[in-house]
Amino acid sequence: MSSIKTKSSFGVAQVILFLSIAILVIVVAFPVLLILFNAFWVNDEFNFAGALEIIKEPQTFQALKNSLIIATGTTIGSTIVGTFFAWLVTRTDLPHKTFMKSMFLVPFMLPSFIGALAWKMLLSPNAGFINQFFIQHLGFTGPIFNIYSYIGISTVEVMYLFPFVFIQVCGALERMDPTLEESARISGAGLFTITRKITIPLVMPSILSGALLIMLYSMAHFGTVAVLGIENGIYNIPTLIYERIHQSGGSFDAIRTGTVLATVLVISAAIIIYAQRKILGSGHYQIIGGKSFRPMELKLRGLRMPLMIFCLAYIAFTIVLPTVVIFLVGSLKTYGLAFTFDNLSLDNYKFILFDYKVTRDAIFNSVTLGFTAAIITMFAGVMISYVIVKMKVRGKGILEFLGMLPFSVPGSVIALGVILAWSGQFGINLYNTVWIILVAYIARYMAFSLKANSAALEQVHDSLVEASRACGATMWQSLRDIVLPLVRPGMLAAFFLIFLPSLRELTVSIMLYAPTTRTIGVAIYTLNEDGETVISAALAGIALIIIILGQSVINHFTKKAGV
Amino acid sequence: MDIIRVEGVAKSYGQHQVHKNLTLAIKKGECFTLLGPSGCGKTVLLRLLAGFESPDAGKIYIDDTLVSDVAHRLEIPPENRGLGIVFQDYAVWPHMTVFENVAYPLKIAKRPKEEMREQVMKMIDIVGMHGLDKRLPSELSGGQQQRVALARALVGNPSLMLLDEPLSNLDANLREEMRFEIKELQRKLDITVLYVTHDQEIGLAISDRVAVMNETGEIQQIGTPWEIFEQPVNPFVFHFMGIANSIEVRRENGAYLVGKGQQPVPWKSPEGDTAHWIAGFRPSDVQIARDGEGLRGIVRRANFLGAMMDYLIEIDGAHLRTSIETHRALSENLMFKAGDICTIRFLNLLWFEADKVKEAAQP
Repeated sequence: MSSIKTKSSFGVAQVILFLSIAILVIVVAFPVLLILFNAFWVNDEFNFAGALEIIKEPQTFQALKNSLIIATGTTIGSTIVGTFFAWLVTRTDLPHKTFMKSMFLVPFMLPSFIGALAWKMLLSPNAGFINQFFIQHLGFTGPIFNIYSYIGISTVEVMYLFPFVFIQVCGALERMDPTLEESARISGAGLFTITRKITIPLVMPSILSGALLIMLYSMAHFGTVAVLGIENGIYNIPTLIYERIHQSGGSFDAIRTGTVLATVLVISAAIIIYAQRKILGSGHYQIIGGKSFRPMELKLRGLRMPLMIFCLAYIAFTIVLPTVVIFLVGSLKTYGLAFTFDNLSLDNYKFILFDYKVTRDAIFNSVTLGFTAAIITMFAGVMISYVIVKMKVRGKGILEFLGMLPFSVPGSVIALGVILAWSGQFGINLYNTVWIILVAYIARYMAFSLKANSAALEQVHDSLVEASRACGATMWQSLRDIVLPLVRPGMLAAFFLIFLPSLRELTVSIMLYAPTTRTIGVAIYTLNEDGETVISAALAGIALIIIILGQSVINHFTKKAGV
Repeated sequence: MDIIRVEGVAKSYGQHQVHKNLTLAIKKGECFTLLGPSGCGKTVLLRLLAGFESPDAGKIYIDDTLVSDVAHRLEIPPENRGLGIVFQDYAVWPHMTVFENVAYPLKIAKRPKEEMREQVMKMIDIVGMHGLDKRLPSELSGGQQQRVALARALVGNPSLMLLDEPLSNLDANLREEMRFEIKELQRKLDITVLYVTHDQEIGLAISDRVAVMNETGEIQQIGTPWEIFEQPVNPFVFHFMGIANSIEVRRENGAYLVGKGQQPVPWKSPEGDTAHWIAGFRPSDVQIARDGEGLRGIVRRANFLGAMMDYLIEIDGAHLRTSIETHRALSENLMFKAGDICTIRFLNLLWFEADKVKEAAQP
């Protein structure tokens, strides 16, 4: 130890950097570049006008408009709902606030396309249970609400997306220094004035940032529109890409339309993410510190009970009712029978779990795909985050830029890019195999892994590694003995953040599946399309159970690790 | 013999040049303190020595082995430099027990189990952590964590230990206790210590030699603590050693007059032709009296601070502060009120040219 050895280890940093760049380039950047290339490069020349032509085609233009209409409606609705509930549970004396808060977060883990299926069963114009009830028993002549409409689609999306705003605003309201409001109160301002002049301006960045996230998500959202829109001819960008590719079996025209639409998605995502960073980076946000305060609570007085009942009714109507419907329909012998004890059984569940090959394969595929993708993405993510957060090497700037990419590329874009990259044009043909879905999952979930792992790595102070280097450990030994054990909670979080959503994934797998490589999401969707409603509902029920169990495991771990 | 030789080292981060042409030698077995204001580059120098950063130019020798040589692209990685390092934030690994933390350097060096155990327990005893070897860092106080860090740095028997402000996160009492322990350990284990700090009190208390750095990373003075304290070579060191008390003196017709008035300084005069001077002194070198020999002044403000009386005194436009123990003030009739006339005497004055002091005060 006390003697100095004169050998040097060289190039470790460069190797890690190169590997990290290679992974991001192969998995994310290359497919996205191919999309841009295919959109603008026709017959060996740059063709911007051609891309514009495609956008101007009536059907594509309508899809763009639809995406915008639905996203706008969803964003406005979610922002109002999310902000209102966030204010209720943080700033008022509403009874059972903690319970309400956890219930409002439930939609986060429920797959929205399963919700859309439930609402289709409840509110489809002719066969929906609620519509039928009104027609048969209350003398209505037509359906009271048609879910196959812009408003229907947006409403269902609001139910599942409003937690994005809810969480952000709750966080901001909880961390806001109450003395800011108290000093306004002492200055003689009433509660209404304080809310308008102090509270809302202070939480505005959080509201906007949550709203932009919803906008981004909704623009690129496949499931709800696929279930509720297609029957009535409402396509948005992802559903039209799917429809074109699916119908034509991958013809040149379809691919080209797809790439142009995907380009629009990528550009809007980039703009939205840029705007969000701008808002969060602006100085306004600093008044909200990291500390937790006990905020001033508004006494609801006479409104206390009515508002509580309203919240409970909202929870019952948007969370409990669809879930119950899924399980009930999943238990029916045949779709259309009444919900009587005789007509219900667990046979469907037994059938899909043990006998029906399609669903058994789907469950197996989803679990193995999700597990493999989660493991690979977790390790790749920890390595890439390590370079970005900790290492000082030349060329890191490229990696930082590449690391942003996964956050701004929607699922349907990834699926299309993966088709372009891995269908044999470049020597490797994975099309129609399970591997192409795996590659797409890795690209899609890289953002989650990068986020969780860099958060964990930021907690590992540089001096901890330097201390081990000074103790004689090489860089590899320091990574093994110090860094990895300390970021294990972050890696675990990343694993579950990938594994669980991948179990219910639809957007990517629907574009990439082959008859033998269906995932749970694809199976639920296609079975429902084929009219196998009860089987599809039963499988959805199983998926919900798996997701809820998994979520409780995550909660358990993250609480223990304090992440 | 020099254990560290830094020759012409330069280091910059982007546009910011931290070190231009730094040369420094540290003798084997001494406790050497690098003293400077925060941001002066003293931590950068320590990191260059440890090998966490590479210099842009120059050479570094440790124990007569070249460890950094820009001209020959030589750069020995930190793990092969054989140093012990203690960080400001302790850097004790939170997932390992005290024993595992201290044993890590020996584990990496693949020492036999028995020998390792014996040495680790011995070192834990030496730093006064007997019986706490199974604790996790989260169960230790800041001072205890710092002891673990010390033990870990020392267990491999390094010939040189680098300490980067290791006491600045501790409270005042603990700081005082720890600094003597560090000094004691250094003597007992006969190692060289390079201590980096901005706290002149610690620097003076434990060092054999001190180097004072200014904001731009240039070494201003190297010497024993006594030399630095008593004979600061320039205004920067003067300021930095905490002699903030000073009065302005002007030279007129060969006489040195205080402030704007006509009272000449009755003590040793400076050498030189400059017109404006600053006379610096420590609060303990000021004596206040009702009358007698000295400079006549007026008490402008008298503050009762419990055990001490604090006075602000004006001498012909020049202001100074002094304090005196309350019980002495009472017994010797030195309780002044604002507006009282008093006499001030200085036991020791350090003379600096006013222009240079101003320069040093405004970097």
